[in-house]
Amino acid sequence: MATETEAYLGKTDYKVIGTRPIRHDGADKVTGRAIYGADVTLSGLLHGKVLRSPHGHARIISIDTSKAAAHPGVKSVITVDDFEMPEDKIRELGEGAANLRHLRSNVLADGKTLYHGHAVAAIAAVDANTAEEALDLIEIEYEVLEAVLDTRRAMEDGAPLVDENQTTQSLGEKTDKKSNVSTHFQHKLGDSAKAFESADIIVEREFDTATVHQGYIEPHNGTAHWKSDGHVTVWCSTQGSFPVREQVSQLLMLPVSKVKVIPTEIGGGFGGKIRVYLEPLAAMLSKKTGHPVKMVMSRTEVIQATGPTAGSHIRCKMGVTKEGKLVAAEAYMAYESGGFPGGWAAPGSMCIFAPYDIENVTIDGFEVLVNKPQTMAYRAPGATNAAFASETVIDEICEKLEMDPIAFRLQNAAKEGTRRADGPVFPRIGNVETLKDAQSSDHYKSKKGKHVGRGVASGFWFNVGLKSSASASVNTDGTVSLVEGSTDIGGSRTSIAMQLAEVLGIPAESVNPSVVDTDSVGYTDVTGGSRTTFATGWAAYEAANDIKAQMSGRAAKIWEISEDDVQFDDGVFASKSDPEKKLTFKELAGKLDDTGGPIVGRAAVEPQGVGGAFATMIVDVEVDTDTGKVEILRATLSQDAGKAIHPSYVEGQMQGGVAQGIGWALNEEYFYNERGELANSSLLDYRMPTALDLPMIEARIVEVPNPGHPYGVRGVGEVPIVPPPAAVANAIYDAIGVRLQILPMSPAKVLAALWSKDGKGKA
Amino acid sequence: MVEGREGKGIVRMPVVWIPSLMRSLTGNQGQIEVDGDTLRQVVENLEVKHPGIRNRVIEDDRIRPGLAVSVNGEVTNEGLRTRIAATDEVHFVAAIGGGS
Repeated sequence: MATETEAYLGKTDYKVIGTRPIRHDGADKVTGRAIYGADVTLSGLLHGKVLRSPHGHARIISIDTSKAAAHPGVKSVITVDDFEMPEDKIRELGEGAANLRHLRSNVLADGKTLYHGHAVAAIAAVDANTAEEALDLIEIEYEVLEAVLDTRRAMEDGAPLVDENQTTQSLGEKTDKKSNVSTHFQHKLGDSAKAFESADIIVEREFDTATVHQGYIEPHNGTAHWKSDGHVTVWCSTQGSFPVREQVSQLLMLPVSKVKVIPTEIGGGFGGKIRVYLEPLAAMLSKKTGHPVKMVMSRTEVIQATGPTAGSHIRCKMGVTKEGKLVAAEAYMAYESGGFPGGWAAPGSMCIFAPYDIENVTIDGFEVLVNKPQTMAYRAPGATNAAFASETVIDEICEKLEMDPIAFRLQNAAKEGTRRADGPVFPRIGNVETLKDAQSSDHYKSKKGKHVGRGVASGFWFNVGLKSSASASVNTDGTVSLVEGSTDIGGSRTSIAMQLAEVLGIPAESVNPSVVDTDSVGYTDVTGGSRTTFATGWAAYEAANDIKAQMSGRAAKIWEISEDDVQFDDGVFASKSDPEKKLTFKELAGKLDDTGGPIVGRAAVEPQGVGGAFATMIVDVEVDTDTGKVEILRATLSQDAGKAIHPSYVEGQMQGGVAQGIGWALNEEYFYNERGELANSSLLDYRMPTALDLPMIEARIVEVPNPGHPYGVRGVGEVPIVPPPAAVANAIYDAIGVRLQILPMSPAKVLAALWSKDGKGKA
Repeated sequence: MVEGREGKGIVRMPVVWIPSLMRSLTGNQGQIEVDGDTLRQVVENLEVKHPGIRNRVIEDDRIRPGLAVSVNGEVTNEGLRTRIAATDEVHFVAAIGGGS
């Protein structure tokens, strides 16, 4: 790892960094040759299916699998009883954590089903249709219980308890009271109550956001082969092969050395493909049958039983002087954690007021059990809900002050040295720069059309570092084979290879990156938290430096000079004392056989120096006041990438995040009936935006280098989803004069708000 | 004259930021200077000054599940063995994803 003085090279004359080479995996993906989880096939393969609870909340009285087991095509039936009870401990998964007992009870229900679609039993059969058919032969007697589906109801005294043993923890202090609130925490900076007394304007509003799914296009899948030697191989679509190995080994009571995870290509994850669902079931069915077993979810199963991310109830209060200085802020943030504890109020609380320098802040956060699937990360988990609240309040303050919304944000912007409400002091950040970029954009300076509303919102995500490994072999033709453990969701093979290529002075195309299994590379955490280009890129940078040092030694050997006499610049090794002695990287690579054999560079890193990311969005909308439909006319995002290694992929992340944020803003929500049954578990009824719903999203990359990374990289994959719902809400207000404080802002809700304003009905 | 970690006359110690929900144990103090070269030593010394803190922070000789410790804004992955410098700020925060 680079020392502090080596970190951030501060260069601008890069040869590879900042260019746009064609992605290494592009041809395989566009021609259909890339192997996804559903493509995996093995000799003697069986197919598994899962029986799921039809109830929102129910106690399992009995399970009779005998008829299913007797079906001639069925090879095995399993329930939770086939899994030993693991230790009551928590395992970090990179983006989130899992209590192993809860993980076991989630992959197969233990005594109670906690949400509609909760897995109860699994079958392996000769083919998928037989397995599906045999599910009907499993007889289960349920006692249906009252379901609790939102945080407000779940937090009431007397609400049905999702887990009868759950009590509330407040930073290590346990209470005895049974509650759906698993966690309460508080951040306190200064004295917000007192500071509000000095405010000339105070705005306090309440916000509700719906449960939404990450919407990855590829369903979850898992294939496992428990071999006769006791070793298990797992193929799956995941954001982290090592966290899958950890979870599977813990649930199967195996040492990690006996579990090999082979990550297939991944068709989207966004935070939802970190926890295991099918993998341990396929492994157990394989153990029982002696055959490999493959399991693939249907779309309905994906929506019913994986992800989603948290719905929330947030109360946000901010106070400002008449000169426009924010003096105090308070937030009450209750987030759904689903059927099991853990969730996203904590990261949401770290982000809600982060774009602003406010000296007096109090934030109370609550993680609340409800009868929905256990919530998972979704790009900047928790921050989008939070920004919807705070950025809408900011917009209302700007209106009352009659101030330009970007000028107000600039006046109050957090910058280097500002202390966040949760404690940390910001290092160099690009908040001001993104605001100024948005302010100077053609979009912001353009005149609005008639009936068009314009909204602005900012957002923050802190990003993470975690652990990454890489190794790289020099080939005699001057190319380098790069081996890494980060599954490639958004072009990270290329962004990581480019960082290696920059060090070695070779083209990105001369690096052949491979994402390999858990036996073939050092431990690497999830592709998540906007960490991969930052941390795995850093590992590649270090592996390249290792290669450079070894090759300098070979050059010294060839020229019979001291290694200190060898310099390396722009892909050429040369003698400092005799400039005639020169070898390009490629020429020297061709001489490895004669000078000591192969060269492999390697690195394992756990870097500090993570740089947080800010983004500001401008959006124009038109609202059909007869139907309530909101049309997005123009959208622009200014985002600080630190240094954009591959600008096309940074732009892709920005556009993807904004598109998903607009879906969250306008359309997407889980519809449960009062019994907790999900009514819209298909993509026809769970309405994600398509290309027809969106304009071209202008991605404006701002580069304020992160001083904590050799190339100045900040993560880019998460913050673009943070501003859109608030920006759209502010634009709707600008268009039709009603403030929506509920997501999604669907046509029905827009109409209801309009009618309420006009006195035609109740919102 | 006091012998401190940076020589005579200067006493610089790590500053522990106490979460508001733990301030009942510290007489409502929000920041406390505590000596210690490791996080373990810092917590033990804090316990001497303010009994009860250790049990809120440590369980089974490790940082309690659901809790994370950040040093100068970076969440530490080295647990109680984390090296602490005299100029460091230590924060106890809710772990992301919790999973308690």
